[in-house]
Amino acid sequence: MPRQIIIIGGGVGGTITANMLARQLRPHEAEITLIDSTGRHVYMPFWLYMPFNDSDPQSQLLVRDERTLLHQRVHLLIGQVQQIDVANHQVHVSQSNALEPAGGKRESVLVYDDLVLATGARLAFADLPGLEEGPGVWHHFYDTEGALRLRQALSTFPGGRIVIAVAGIPYRCPPAPLEFTFLLDDWLRQHYLREHTVIEYLYPLPRVFTIERVAEMVAPWLEEREIATRVFFTPEAVDQQRRVIRSLEGEEVPFDLLILVPPHRGAQVIEASGLGDSQGWIPTDRYTLQVKGQEHLYALGDATDLPVPKSGSAAHFEARVLARRLAAAIRGETLEGDEALYDGEVMCFLETGNRRATQLVFNYEHPPEPPRPSLFYHLEKQLLNHAYWHLIPQGLI
Amino acid sequence: MPEKPGEIQIDKEIDARGSFCPGPLMELIRGIRAIPVGGTLALLSSDPGSARDVPAWVQKAGHELLGTFPEQGYTRFVVRRKR
Ligand SMILES: Cc1cc2nc3c(=O)[nH]c(=O)nc-3n(C[C@H](O)[C@H](O)[C@H](O)COP(=O)(O)OP(=O)(O)OC[C@H]3O[C@@H](n4cnc5c(N)ncnc54)[C@H](O)[C@@H]3O)c2cc1C
Repeated sequence: MPRQIIIIGGGVGGTITANMLARQLRPHEAEITLIDSTGRHVYMPFWLYMPFNDSDPQSQLLVRDERTLLHQRVHLLIGQVQQIDVANHQVHVSQSNALEPAGGKRESVLVYDDLVLATGARLAFADLPGLEEGPGVWHHFYDTEGALRLRQALSTFPGGRIVIAVAGIPYRCPPAPLEFTFLLDDWLRQHYLREHTVIEYLYPLPRVFTIERVAEMVAPWLEEREIATRVFFTPEAVDQQRRVIRSLEGEEVPFDLLILVPPHRGAQVIEASGLGDSQGWIPTDRYTLQVKGQEHLYALGDATDLPVPKSGSAAHFEARVLARRLAAAIRGETLEGDEALYDGEVMCFLETGNRRATQLVFNYEHPPEPPRPSLFYHLEKQLLNHAYWHLIPQGLI
Repeated sequence: MPEKPGEIQIDKEIDARGSFCPGPLMELIRGIRAIPVGGTLALLSSDPGSARDVPAWVQKAGHELLGTFPEQGYTRFVVRRKR
């Protein structure tokens, strides 16, 4: 009997894991099922640029059918996992059924031998008071709808006070708010609005970025561009009527346009199944990617509580380790050497504006030593935005 | 400042050992909301960055650092919520 491997989540982490397992294990060794709630694969880095260009929300660079990215031996089940029953090795899935009367749902129970959780993060607007009362004066670029609304708001922006803030840590892609700030500065200059605009960047930490070395490097660049910064600013509430954002530290900052990285949490099903910490992140062994205290249960990517950035890059490197470990375990082999453990490897770009970027490469042991921003890294990131679709989900690199 | 951690009554303890910057600081920022004004919180951190970040945040946010106690491989910060 082939082992039943179930992967929940068709983002970058789950997709690479599924494809690598399908290549490494033979049909008699394992049957691989990936469950995803939408069946659509989204390349989130695209959102960063959307407010500033006129790209189509249906663009092939943003979203594709998950099926087209999967190895033919991976079964794709489109449905929402409602409950994970670890004690009985079961997952409960509900699927919309087009054949049934409107709103028809089919519930099914799948049994697994090994389960991989790649459920990512979700935006939890309710965690910050003032966000839920409709998107009037506050904006974000953390989903397609938000990025398009922000594009619209910028297109009619007459100048004024723009405040950029981060609701809480952790959030997806730590450099994104900084990158956005630099791109915004460029855009305002190109549209002759910069002179009429004050930009203020607020951050919860005592510095402008999570990693100290990078923060020290970036701070003068913000200053050069006359972007005001305010650190130790943990948002407590947004008052849309008065157009102010308040912090837990007791400050209040006024804005005309607020661009906020929304609060993040782990997936609902993780919380519902009692598998997460107080924010829904899955306690995960930082080297083996096994869910702490559980057998045959693994986690990767944004879903975990690992002390690495919530990034596609971390999910990518984790997936490679996880697939190798799982394949070896199923074959009864032992893995040795560096390949067997995740060392915290992450590689990401940081756009610094003016068609320049730098690159952050680091792991658990070594902090990044970013090179001077250059056109080269900017072009490399643009190249990745295209090459992604042909190389990364497939697990080819 | 008390000599020993045992001399302060703790309302809530957060064990953030093994989590790295900015983990422990974020746990503190979140955790302080879970205790009443006047209550005390102990934060255990093994991240060297906490020695600087925790006192700085406590001061900025208007709370009180009751003590910093080095233990075997980690530090225990005791904070009183003031507002
Ligand atoms: C604006 C922006 C820019 C970014 N830029 C970069 C960048 O330049 N470089 C980089 O490395 N990273 C970047 N990231 C981060 C990166 O996109 C994410 O970290 C990455 O997508 C995480 O992958 P994942 O597989 O862990 O989770 P996800 O991609 O979020 O996938 C999770 C999947 O699980 C599914 N799911 C969840 N719950 C269920 C359920 N109950 N049942 C079924 N399916 C479920 C979801 O539908 C989703 O498809 C950026 C993110 C943003 C928002």
